[in-house]
Amino acid sequence: MTAFSRLDSSLLGRWWWTVDRWIITALIALAAAGAILTLAASPPVAERLNLDTFYFARRQLLVLPVAIGVMLAVSLLNRDGVRRLALLMFTTSIVLTALTLVDGAEIKGATRWIKLGGLSVQPSEFVKPAFAVIAAWMFAAWRLKAKFPGYLVAVGLYASVIALLLAQPDVGMTVLVSVVWGIQFFLAGLPMVLVMGIGVLFIVGGFVAYFKFDHVQVRIDRFFDPAGTDAYQVERSLEAFQNGGIFGRGPGEGRIKEALPDAHADFIFAVAGEEFGMFASLMIVALFGIIVLRGFAHAFKESDLFVQLAVVGLLAQFGLQAIINMASTLNLMPTKGMTLPFISFGGSSSLAVAVGMGMVLALTRERPKRRISGLNSWEAGA
Amino acid sequence: MIFERIRHPFAPSGQCGDSPNMELPERIVFEGARKQALETGRNRLMVTGVLFALAFVMIGGRVVELTLVSKNISERPPRLANTDPALNVRADITDRNGILLATSLPTAALYANPRHVLDADEAAGKLSQVLPDITLEKVRALLSSDKTFVWLHRNLTPKLQFAVNALGIPGLYFQQTERRVYPHGPLVSHVIGMTNIDGEGLSGVEGYFNGQLRGRQQALQLSLDIRMQAVVRTELAKAMEKFSAIGAAGIVLDVETGEVISIVSLPDFNPNNPVSAAGIAGFNRATKGVYEMGSTFKLFTAAIALDSGRVRLRDRYDATKPIRVSRFKISDYHAKNKWMTVPEILVHSSNIGSAKMALDVGTLAQKKYLKKMGMLSPAGIELPEVGSPLTPDRWRDINTMTISYGHGIAVSPLQLTAGVAALVNDGYLRNATLVKWVDDELPAGMRVISTKTSKIMRRLMRLVVRQGTGKNADVEGYVIGGKTGTADKPEVTKRGYGGRRRISSFVSAFPMTGPRFVVLALLDEPKGIPESQGYATGGWVAAPVVKNIVWQIAPMAGIEPSSVVEMDPKPGDVFYVAADGKRVSEQSSETRKKKSTASKVSGLETDFDRRLSDILSSTKEQRGPTVAVN
Repeated sequence: MTAFSRLDSSLLGRWWWTVDRWIITALIALAAAGAILTLAASPPVAERLNLDTFYFARRQLLVLPVAIGVMLAVSLLNRDGVRRLALLMFTTSIVLTALTLVDGAEIKGATRWIKLGGLSVQPSEFVKPAFAVIAAWMFAAWRLKAKFPGYLVAVGLYASVIALLLAQPDVGMTVLVSVVWGIQFFLAGLPMVLVMGIGVLFIVGGFVAYFKFDHVQVRIDRFFDPAGTDAYQVERSLEAFQNGGIFGRGPGEGRIKEALPDAHADFIFAVAGEEFGMFASLMIVALFGIIVLRGFAHAFKESDLFVQLAVVGLLAQFGLQAIINMASTLNLMPTKGMTLPFISFGGSSSLAVAVGMGMVLALTRERPKRRISGLNSWEAGA
Repeated sequence: MIFERIRHPFAPSGQCGDSPNMELPERIVFEGARKQALETGRNRLMVTGVLFALAFVMIGGRVVELTLVSKNISERPPRLANTDPALNVRADITDRNGILLATSLPTAALYANPRHVLDADEAAGKLSQVLPDITLEKVRALLSSDKTFVWLHRNLTPKLQFAVNALGIPGLYFQQTERRVYPHGPLVSHVIGMTNIDGEGLSGVEGYFNGQLRGRQQALQLSLDIRMQAVVRTELAKAMEKFSAIGAAGIVLDVETGEVISIVSLPDFNPNNPVSAAGIAGFNRATKGVYEMGSTFKLFTAAIALDSGRVRLRDRYDATKPIRVSRFKISDYHAKNKWMTVPEILVHSSNIGSAKMALDVGTLAQKKYLKKMGMLSPAGIELPEVGSPLTPDRWRDINTMTISYGHGIAVSPLQLTAGVAALVNDGYLRNATLVKWVDDELPAGMRVISTKTSKIMRRLMRLVVRQGTGKNADVEGYVIGGKTGTADKPEVTKRGYGGRRRISSFVSAFPMTGPRFVVLALLDEPKGIPESQGYATGGWVAAPVVKNIVWQIAPMAGIEPSSVVEMDPKPGDVFYVAADGKRVSEQSSETRKKKSTASKVSGLETDFDRRLSDILSSTKEQRGPTVAVN
């Protein structure tokens, strides 16, 4: 890939010189780590479910190259392309998500999956990145275009997405989508009064909920004292990190995967801690940190409001998902079922993350600076 | 233009709305708005970015902390109760010699998170085979529920716990817990009491000392002596069966310290099986029950009369004919139809004599003395189950008379025992206690009668056993003194007394040369049997129980039998009781009636008769029960 000359003006040549290669490297490294960890964590889970030992591993190893390919392909798009892709993906996945309510397979009490040509797909995973881009588009239009009620559209879309997700029901994803949407609204200029009001509301509501509702209190108390609870998975996961120590027990030597039903998905970070130790776990944290913060740096320098909001939205989604997953594995917060992007097992989520990250790569590509940025193509066209 | 107003809610007014700026070329408006929006976005992105960075740093720090620093969590046994282990252990309870009366054994409680149970049917099937006392249907219902926590079993033996563990069912968890065990079962049931399933004391000592037992390691040492407790319970149970009584109570009290050495209420229950405490079995007659005690109260009457100085030992009272007051008639059960000295009144248990003595003392003085002796307030003891005495609302002369022989006032057996202890221990009333007295010094008591009166009372009580109604209690060498009591129980359905339902009791102290223990035996509704010639009085029913208790517990307490030959008082001695050659209790009721009708009427109008007419005039309107005779 180093073969591209600075003067190469072909599609790939321009791509190579404008894309953020640090982020690409970090993403591919994450995917590699995910492959290794799935190999380590999933066989006992598969055996417990009476599946072929390498059932999960094989599937994930099949999905990951596809995901990387999709990501790179999407990163070739320009801004208009990203927007169109998002619009297409949003409408398709919304329809499919609505279809799951009618004709979905119920798994663990929720209907989230739909059969598409022999493959089980979770369409709501694809709603997430698409909605982040669409919302950014609407917020930017609201700020920049007189007489365009972008914020109204954003609120309306948000309400319908939330309604669909809650109908499934998928509380975890609802929360994630809401927070990301909130961050975008915040960046787009939500009045400070409202920001503070919402902040105060959250704090007060939290205290009220804690003292008013027993079950909330129990959950919080259990979180602060896992020893006396049935937070079995979290307890095992803490033990895994302690067993792992600095260098880990070695690949395949971990025991937590035998005890946890979700070792290959929500608790894969604990497998990393036990088998590969502190340095490997810190590496994973660092990779996520590099991707998110480097992406934020791009957004900071960005002169296009849409790009800024879209990049932050996509990265916030990615980063929050990682933070929530790792934090609950480490007992820093109450458990919330959320996958670790690119690392946890899951075809739909891996592909959706790949699309989202591809969009980030596409949007953060360097462009020649225009002196009069008002003549941006999308502003003229929209 | 609504949108225009909303667009920049925090922007300077010049940038939106109907301000003159609207006239600027459109691109400049865009450019200004764009710059402003980007500026806001950047500022706020800064905040967002810092928060994300902090979150990643925290996660990294936590990874380091877990893998590098904290090693203690894995040393903690998994899935323990979240309580401090020290608080979890309930202290033992022992008797005065350190014998275990209550202890806590560690057991495992089994609970489940039904949401983690993969196959409720399979789990229920396996569990119900291993656990004998839960049914398949119940377990299935519990495990299929939508809850996250259900108890399945609160006390698993280690063997059962192992068996359940071996099933390997996910979603089942153990909690270390403890079970209260009472090695002596029913022997100390009422006094020790019970705990609930969570180990909180409910009744008895467990309830009263719940706070102290919960946190501490050191055993609670009671004043009880389990050996004497066994003697008292066995003898009471025998008598209860023999006389077909519905209940019984027995108390042994240390006269000097007030320590309760034994306290029994029958029927009782097995505290290891809480269900057995349901109903009357759980009722502590010895402390919670209050009864009209009958003639045992004459001890107080005599002590009050002598101690107040109003009556001297050699004073004589006319007991030749019943006292009639309004509808009341006070007569003697063991009628002697003669003038009696104070010792004779006690020995023959004369109601007439007692009533007249009490009138001589007066209502006020009687009330004052009874209050000092603890008869008017609940007994002080470390139990939640303490009965309040029933006393007259208005204390008239007729109440004074009936109370003098133990009617019209109801006290608990413990109150009576503590009061009698004060009569024989040189006159100090001390609260009864269930906690072993370890100090060398005696607990501070309240003086209720003089040492001299106490000495007289000891001789009088001894006389009752040697020559009076308490002969059946005598044990050679142990110099027992006491007083019988037989009280008719009030009718349940109608007012007044009648029928054959009785409380028969005997309260005693020994040895009378220097009392160590007060012993009370009380039977509720005993029935006469041929061996007792049909009698169910305190002398026939309760006195033998005391006798059997004393000869067994005296050696345990290290009391040696005395070899001194006792002599009955000679005529002329103030304690002389004119013997009539018969055992009083052998008289049939026929003889009693004949004698009663043949009694001579004294022609002299005594001081007593004058006072009686005063009372008659003052109590004409008073309606009351006919007073039982004793």
